[in-house]
Amino acid sequence: MSQNTLSQHSLSPGTLSTPLIQARDLHKAFGRTEALRGIDLDIHAGEVVAIMGPSGSGKSTLLHALAGVIVPDRGTVTVGDALVSSLNETERSDLRLTEFGFVFQFGQLLPDLSARDNVTIPLLLAGHGRRVALRAADTQLDQLDLGGMADKLPSELSGGQAQRVAIARALVGNPRVLFADEPTGSLDSLAAENVLTTMLELVRHSGTTVVLITHDPRTAAHADREVVVRDGRISGARTLVG
Amino acid sequence: MDNSSTLLGLLSVEPSYGYDLKHRYDRFFGERKPLAFGQVYATLARMIRDGLINAVGEEAGGGPDRKRYEITPAGTQRVLAWMFTPDVPSETLQSNLFARTVVALLVDDDAERLLDLQRAEHMSRMRELTRAKQGADLLRVLMFDHALFHIEADLRWMDLTAARLTQLKKELTAP
Repeated sequence: MSQNTLSQHSLSPGTLSTPLIQARDLHKAFGRTEALRGIDLDIHAGEVVAIMGPSGSGKSTLLHALAGVIVPDRGTVTVGDALVSSLNETERSDLRLTEFGFVFQFGQLLPDLSARDNVTIPLLLAGHGRRVALRAADTQLDQLDLGGMADKLPSELSGGQAQRVAIARALVGNPRVLFADEPTGSLDSLAAENVLTTMLELVRHSGTTVVLITHDPRTAAHADREVVVRDGRISGARTLVG
Repeated sequence: MDNSSTLLGLLSVEPSYGYDLKHRYDRFFGERKPLAFGQVYATLARMIRDGLINAVGEEAGGGPDRKRYEITPAGTQRVLAWMFTPDVPSETLQSNLFARTVVALLVDDDAERLLDLQRAEHMSRMRELTRAKQGADLLRVLMFDHALFHIEADLRWMDLTAARLTQLKKELTAP
């Protein structure tokens, strides 16, 4: 079964002239702390963009705003033809489930479920049958060299293996955009490099757009370009070709 | 990089002709800047003069390529001393950037932008090295990693400095 049959993307693909993700004048405050203070950002389909910046600079808030996890106080986020920032909670939840994948620093796998069952979760939530979900999960785990680990519980996996399972779970629904927040931040250098290389090989092959938060320049060097956020603003963005 | 000690170190593995020695050096260390033959033979001549190597199997009327070079006990001692003497941590990489940052603050220019530009340059080089690692053999992967970690150290200094620019400017411009 092709994974492409799992998710029929409702978003327009974005082109070189029309970015897939567009953020305009984003503002977000938590109490008296202004986390975002006027962010403009374009990300094209298939791009791998690293968002860098010191702790507290607003990079995680930016990712959450782009992914529709939070609603900005001011400004707009468009992904394809969806005006994410104006959707209600249910619509944003649907969008996250069907179009986006998420990976976090600590895989956040459900501890009582096997690797395979963890990977099926997004598909089951999206309404796919269990048999379809299991088959897709096995395919995805194979692609991440985890074929022999499908029945293991998260506690039986190494840090790198657990993060690969988390990546499999994020990618199994064939998302249009993968949001990754310090995906290798809890791993040693070698495991981080291996996990990152495998993840990026998969997403580049499938054309998935990646928004990658990292404070690690060596991780960011795998991206096509980096965006530096400082004090809630973008302080420097250089393209690979520009 | 100490080319002379590196060549001597390669000769400590086994005796070699100058031609082979140059190619072995280039294979391991000459990715970006291969050694010139002239430089190899000039270095070998100095090492003979200093008693670190001998030329053996020399054929009458032969040019430099006809000589085979082997390391002497004194040369072996030199290689061991070189290998196990730690390098002085170098500050030269940052010195110019440090000077530019200080001057930018003194003339009330945009030091943060200067650091951003340098950061982008560093990141661009890191992307090149990261791409070069794809499919490379382990020797080259480790060589590229060595460069990547050093560039990363510079970036950390830039981040720390960028976060302290306001304070630095106050100190620099205090009466």
